[in-house]
Amino acid sequence: MAEIQIKNVAKRFGSYQALHDINLTIADQEFMVLLGASGCGKSTLLRIIAGLETQTEGEVWIGGRRIDHLPPRERGIAMVFQNYAVFPHLTVFENIGFGLRMQKLPNDEVKRRVERTAELMHIEQLLGRYSGELSGGQRQRVAVARALAMEPDVILMDEPLSNLDALLRLEMRAELKGVLAESNTTAIYVTHDQVEAMSLADRISVMHEGRIVQAATPVEVYRNPAERFVAGFIGNPPMNFLPAASADGGKWQVAGEIYDGPAAANGVEFAIRPEDIAPADTGLPAKVRLVEPLGAHLLVTCDVDGTMFRAILESDLQVKPGDMLKLAPQTDRIRWFDSSTSLAVA
Amino acid sequence: MTTVDTNPGTDTRKAGRFVYISAVVLLCAWVIVPLYFLLINTLSSPDTVNSFPKAFVPEFDLGSLSFFASFAGMLTALKNSVLVAGMTMIMSIVVGAPAGYALSRFDFRGKELFRLLILLTRAFPLPLLALPLAVMFIRTGLDDTVFGLALVHTTLAIPFAVLITFSLFSGIPLELEEAAWTLGCTRLTAFTKVVLPLILPGITASAIFAFVISWNEVFAAAVLTIENRTLTAFLLQNLDTSPLHLKFAGGFILVVPALIFIFAVRKYLFAMWGIANR
Amino acid sequence: MNARLLPYILILPVTLFLCLFFLYPFLLVAKQAFNNGSGFTLENFQEVVGYWKFPISLKNTLLLAAAVVPVQLALALLMATMVNKMQKGRDLILYVWTIPLGISDLAAGIIWLAIFEQSGFLNSMMSGLGMIDRPMNFLSYQHPGIVFLAIALAEIWRATAIMLVILVAGIGLIPKEYYEAAEVFGASPWKRFWRITLPLLRPSLQTALVLRVILAFEIFAVVAALGGTLFPVLMGETYAYQFDLLNSGAAAAMALIILAISIGFTLIILRALRVPKGAQI
Repeated sequence: MAEIQIKNVAKRFGSYQALHDINLTIADQEFMVLLGASGCGKSTLLRIIAGLETQTEGEVWIGGRRIDHLPPRERGIAMVFQNYAVFPHLTVFENIGFGLRMQKLPNDEVKRRVERTAELMHIEQLLGRYSGELSGGQRQRVAVARALAMEPDVILMDEPLSNLDALLRLEMRAELKGVLAESNTTAIYVTHDQVEAMSLADRISVMHEGRIVQAATPVEVYRNPAERFVAGFIGNPPMNFLPAASADGGKWQVAGEIYDGPAAANGVEFAIRPEDIAPADTGLPAKVRLVEPLGAHLLVTCDVDGTMFRAILESDLQVKPGDMLKLAPQTDRIRWFDSSTSLAVA
Repeated sequence: MTTVDTNPGTDTRKAGRFVYISAVVLLCAWVIVPLYFLLINTLSSPDTVNSFPKAFVPEFDLGSLSFFASFAGMLTALKNSVLVAGMTMIMSIVVGAPAGYALSRFDFRGKELFRLLILLTRAFPLPLLALPLAVMFIRTGLDDTVFGLALVHTTLAIPFAVLITFSLFSGIPLELEEAAWTLGCTRLTAFTKVVLPLILPGITASAIFAFVISWNEVFAAAVLTIENRTLTAFLLQNLDTSPLHLKFAGGFILVVPALIFIFAVRKYLFAMWGIANR
Repeated sequence: MNARLLPYILILPVTLFLCLFFLYPFLLVAKQAFNNGSGFTLENFQEVVGYWKFPISLKNTLLLAAAVVPVQLALALLMATMVNKMQKGRDLILYVWTIPLGISDLAAGIIWLAIFEQSGFLNSMMSGLGMIDRPMNFLSYQHPGIVFLAIALAEIWRATAIMLVILVAGIGLIPKEYYEAAEVFGASPWKRFWRITLPLLRPSLQTALVLRVILAFEIFAVVAALGGTLFPVLMGETYAYQFDLLNSGAAAAMALIILAISIGFTLIILRALRVPKGAQI
């Protein structure tokens, strides 16, 4: 059992508040992704869990044991670093076996475990080499194997794929998901890449300015963003927003069209994903500005009521800049955000 | 790239290349020829050294060197030089390297002040401080001892030791140490198992650098030692009275270790200075 | 161990060492120079400055620095740029050129003595070429110019390497793209040197010049080996006060004067070559 609980963790660097009162529980064997732009505090949070950084306030518990005062080596964690941190003076074998040697395991046990994890990561033929003789992808595999060989309760990964090229990243992503699913460890994975987050995570914690703004499954984060920030951050291109004016009884006027919205609320904003829109006889009046064919679809950038608005449309549609379209949103996919609190309202 | 104008181009390029190569050769000769002259004098008999005109090839006579070896006090002075330089080497690394590590790894209050103190020492004519130290050493019994001089030479070498080790440690990513911590190391074992093996060649180079600083130092050595002269102090003291062949043999003995040392640290010379610049 | 205390524990040895062997003796020098046993006094300074040799040794030291340092700077810049575009044999050439770095000023003095002394190689060469009938005593009071030249040459020979090393390291820090960009915009090699190398090299030039100028004012053993008493310099006079005249108060005053000159020049160099914040590489 390695459930991770983060209770009221805050971190200040001098007068700069990097983390505000973080509370998060990660279930045993869950794959949790911390997602956010650079500087949002996601790496700081990971490093506090690892023990590489000390929190200013709060507690960290792993498997029912409070560990926030312990040095990294006593926390039962293993970590994969952004630049791999493969020791250059040791062979691949000794790198993978480094942690096991520190535990003073007998030689044959070290050999057995190193060989098994090396096989798992498909690097068994590299065991005699040094880091300087490896490609970036191979180093990445060594770094993961080194963490896995520890058989840790928790594996922490800090942007482990960000230094690989696109194709390799795709391949490693799939492999990582498979290997970790088999290993029964709890995983926390930091990334700024939302596609990576979506494809790997059991749950995503979206972070913004030192706070967790939403922690939910990938589908939930995508479909029902809890805050306007999440809606504008997740998805490529992200959600469209349009101002809405109150027409009475839970009805709202958006660019001249009337839609059902939240009953109460002061002011709200209308939001819709680009792919939840289709041309129709009635709908939002849109003037086409730019058409970008993406193969399977067309990305059409329009002007709706003076606001930029993007729609992903069927690729056989004949549109060109200057055309006027009526774009009808799929009504069950419309989301509303309170314009003063930015929170989602139903 | 273009084939049309190669003809006029190649001539000027050839000429430029000739000038370039001759300049390189000339500058090499400028460094080597004086050393060669010293070598000729060292490997000639005392009579030849004092005769005129000089031959431009050595006669491979060990007379001057054996005269040097048998000159009263010379071998002791040589031994003292080695001892002082050896102590300086060890002390400056043992004292300086931890500070270099602290500068590269920690942000702490007073860091800038400490850096300033280190840089300040470089802007001072340090050997001058040997004057008051001579008084202080007499009071503490360190006067005219090898150890006392080694302390002063260590002061000379410490700014370099700190700045060089600082640059060496900065070259080791912190991530490597952090990885070691997560893999079961304490701060100390992470240092000994990961940082130290990686840094050892560089540490050796900076230790050698400290050795050379001490080996070559003249002023403080002359001020602080009387009976226990180092080689430089001994030669300086006897400059007026000693015969030419003794001077040249002594100069040669001074130069040889320097040549070997510079060769040993050549790989690090530039890397060390590149960052010691800041 | 407490992580907050650790850096202080690590810098403690150096701090203690420098306090004991740098700051404290510095205070002692100052005290010795300004104190005659009964209180504050400028006597030591008056005595030192009033001595007939002082103006000569000050002039000699400054002249030597003025002659040597610019030549060294030009030579080091030339060597550094030559090495920079070298493809083959770079390491060997650099090794040869940095050899003098390990050679002490005393040894350098002795080496050039082998050339300039009466039975030395310069005389041998000149008589071999039939330019002179009998060996000349170059290093004597009859030839002050040659004494100066010999000392200057020995200094240039010995201490250009330290500047070379600093400048080569500095040039290595300048990204190649700047040169490529300048080339694309049509800058000639000469222009690239003046417009890119030199301005971007300012921090290294600063370090090299400061170090060299300070060492130039400390010149001592080269002079002792080549000129003896013919060519008095400040550091040599300090040594003489301490040992021959056994006047440590005057020696301390001399030390402070050298220190003041060094600091003055350091400040001038730092100011002249300062790099505005944000304009660093």
